[in-house]
Amino acid sequence: MTMTGQEVVHQPEVSRRIFLVGSAAVAGGLSLGFHVPFGRGALAQAVPGEINAWVVVQADDTVVIRIARSEMGQGTLTGLAQLVAEELECDWSKVTTEYPTPGQNLARNRVWGNFSTGGSRGVRESHDYVRRGGATARHMLIQAAANEWNVPASQCRAENSVITHTPTGRTTTFGKVAAAAAMVDPPKNVPLKDPKDWKLAGKPVKRLDTAEKLTGKQVYGTDLKLPGMLNAAIKDCPVFGGKVKSFDAAAVQGMPGVKKVVQVGDSAVAVVADTWWRANSALAKLPIEWDEGPNKDVSSASIAEWLKAGLDAKDAVVGNQAGDVHAALASAAKKIEAVYSYPYQNHATMEPMNATALFTGDRCEVWTPTQNGEAALAATAEASGLSPRNCDVHKIHLGGGFGRRGAVHDWVRQVVAIAKEMPGTPIKLIWSREEDMLHGRYHPVTRCKLVGGLDAQGNLTALHMRISGQSIVAGIFPQNIRNGKDPVVFQGLNPPGPEASLGYAIPNLLIDHAMRNPPVPPGFWRGVNLNHNTIYLECFMDELAHAAGIDALEFRRKLLGNSPKHLAVLNAVAEKSGWGKPAPAGVHRGLAHTMGFGSYVAACAEVSVTDGALKIHRIVAATDPGHAVNPQQIAAQVEGSFVYGLGAALYQECTVAGGRMEQENFDTYEMLRMDAMPEVEAIVMPSGGFWGGVGEPTIAVAAPAVLNAIFAATGKRIRDLPLKHHDLRKA
Amino acid sequence: MALLNVNGKVVDVEVEPDTPLLWALREQIGLTGTKYGCGIAQCGACTVHVDGVATRSCSLPVSAFTEDQKIVTIEGLSADGSHPVQKAWAELDVPQCGYCQAGMIMSVAAFLQQNPKPTDDDINSEITNICRCGTYNRVRAAIKLAADRGQTG
Repeated sequence: MTMTGQEVVHQPEVSRRIFLVGSAAVAGGLSLGFHVPFGRGALAQAVPGEINAWVVVQADDTVVIRIARSEMGQGTLTGLAQLVAEELECDWSKVTTEYPTPGQNLARNRVWGNFSTGGSRGVRESHDYVRRGGATARHMLIQAAANEWNVPASQCRAENSVITHTPTGRTTTFGKVAAAAAMVDPPKNVPLKDPKDWKLAGKPVKRLDTAEKLTGKQVYGTDLKLPGMLNAAIKDCPVFGGKVKSFDAAAVQGMPGVKKVVQVGDSAVAVVADTWWRANSALAKLPIEWDEGPNKDVSSASIAEWLKAGLDAKDAVVGNQAGDVHAALASAAKKIEAVYSYPYQNHATMEPMNATALFTGDRCEVWTPTQNGEAALAATAEASGLSPRNCDVHKIHLGGGFGRRGAVHDWVRQVVAIAKEMPGTPIKLIWSREEDMLHGRYHPVTRCKLVGGLDAQGNLTALHMRISGQSIVAGIFPQNIRNGKDPVVFQGLNPPGPEASLGYAIPNLLIDHAMRNPPVPPGFWRGVNLNHNTIYLECFMDELAHAAGIDALEFRRKLLGNSPKHLAVLNAVAEKSGWGKPAPAGVHRGLAHTMGFGSYVAACAEVSVTDGALKIHRIVAATDPGHAVNPQQIAAQVEGSFVYGLGAALYQECTVAGGRMEQENFDTYEMLRMDAMPEVEAIVMPSGGFWGGVGEPTIAVAAPAVLNAIFAATGKRIRDLPLKHHDLRKA
Repeated sequence: MALLNVNGKVVDVEVEPDTPLLWALREQIGLTGTKYGCGIAQCGACTVHVDGVATRSCSLPVSAFTEDQKIVTIEGLSADGSHPVQKAWAELDVPQCGYCQAGMIMSVAAFLQQNPKPTDDDINSEITNICRCGTYNRVRAAIKLAADRGQTG
């Protein structure tokens, strides 16, 4: 992201901010959205050339587009800028972007709307108002030019940042009329372009944020440096729910660089030093005694037993039902049953959790990579004990998010608590990888029992799907559990509708959930509940098709008659992969599809298994996101989804022993690397008429497509992950 | 205290001898393009060149270096992002979050010096950096683009 000037130099904190910006940014630099002075409210005129909240036009024709959602690699920054620029009719080569701060959003009555960047909703939930922001600004700029020329605005048009009076051919530029445009009354209800008329949106333009990522200039949270800043390393009780009993600060206080040892809350201890390495080195030597609390005997085995009991428990909440499943199963010609499970997994962002805080008694500021600036502001206010109006959060480009940096800002609370112990000194807290692995917000554990009934012709007449296990919502937003139901648990399994709907029409259906919440903190892990639900459903569909003696594609097609969009993506991958035609020797195919985060996705995997060794040769993946704002970035998200989803399926599991996670780093929590990465052919097939997300849904089809292909190759059904635990050699 | 030859300059860093090169680069010299990912040489986000060889700087103490050993970081790979690998990366829009990319680029730049026409198997065995966003296929394409041009730095 590029800084475009105009720091308000009379602000007392500004020298610090400029240092922060300047230290990283040689030419151009980094924008943290410092344009609006703090505490002065919604002062559009405080920023010269601010046409409205979304658009600033500078005299040199530079267009600054404000982005409320967080960029974490998914490309939302570029996509949202494309949408604004499309309506604005500005010169794309002169576009830069910046983040407003959540404090500014608060002061301006949330003019930028929701900052939350999760659930693949960057584009899908803000496309309307960001496009209106661009269109409204265009009208104001045209009106300003028309006023200057004393002609009707209706005779003028804008293109490429140039305004033309059509009858005379007279022209001016956005930059020349920006100051006057800022004074024009914004028109109401400006019409938006029909997407078929898009010139910039919908096109595979390059990202705006690449250059600095190639040279080391991009500043991440871990790179921040403020004058007088000290660094902190932290250790939270590794046993979930445990507390600090005692620690011996004197043992490390003489170590090089150490400034202070502080307890953080009732469960953590931090060492503050001049450098992070010294802080972390001292922390490693700090004697800490833990009160391990009530969960010290919890293990993966004890959790599994509890979840297993939920598979047949009477208490379950219904997510989707039709007909009479029990009667239909009782009278089915053939009954198939299987139990699947899914483990805990860590988000493992490449950049570990981190934040920098400055507490000055009556004010607290935080700099952090966050998926939700407003939630980070709330955490800052709570932890500092100050009003949110006396706090602010400066969002830093994220070194990965995947859901870990959105709903819970535990690291922000920690750094504020440390900063409160040292008022006036900026404190940067970085978690070690080990801390990050031990204190994740984990992909929840669930198990699933599926019972299907086939009639004599092999038609699926009944399906009971019982999910037993953890609710993310119960762990993070318990107030959103109504009548015992976590609606997000049923992602991909919902009744027909625009969100995460089950495509299959099954006459007798029951999908229910027995909630079991182990004392391990759950989180929204990229793809969320769609991940395991799609494995359960799509692998079991394969089992049913096999039992019915019907081709896996045909079996699904028969059930998707009422769901043309689901069917279309499935057909697209089948056709492109050559389903039904011979595969290369030794290669076997598997299918999966689902709907979630507003989009329809499918995959066909081609694998071979030789002497038990799996090779994934090729993936064909289709996405219908309704409107495709940047097809090449959608393809990048689809490719990346297979890295994330297949890494999880092949290798990743966090196991619990003694009430804590056993995996502390990438030696025991393995990652998919280039050698295992298949070729991915992404089919982006926007059908129009709706806006779906693209960052997450494809992850859900990665594992089941591969698992179904493994069955085709080996005859083995893999019903629990990760795959590394399974012997794929033919029996 | 240690003398390090970084990006063509010899610098005197005031650190304990067991300080990893990574942290001396980031915290003493201020070169933050080299990233901390795991601290145990697993992920490669900390990759720099030492006498032209890709080296994971998180797991080597500064005491292991002499001032004759030339250390190059991402900031020293080119003055303006014009190294052929950086150019191939820009052309294919490789990075997503970008956190691993400096290490990835440094690994690839050294690799192509040794092996200007790599096969897929060469890439698979030599480029082992972790990327969580999942840029691998574009990384592979960019390696081949740079190699095909015969411009491997």
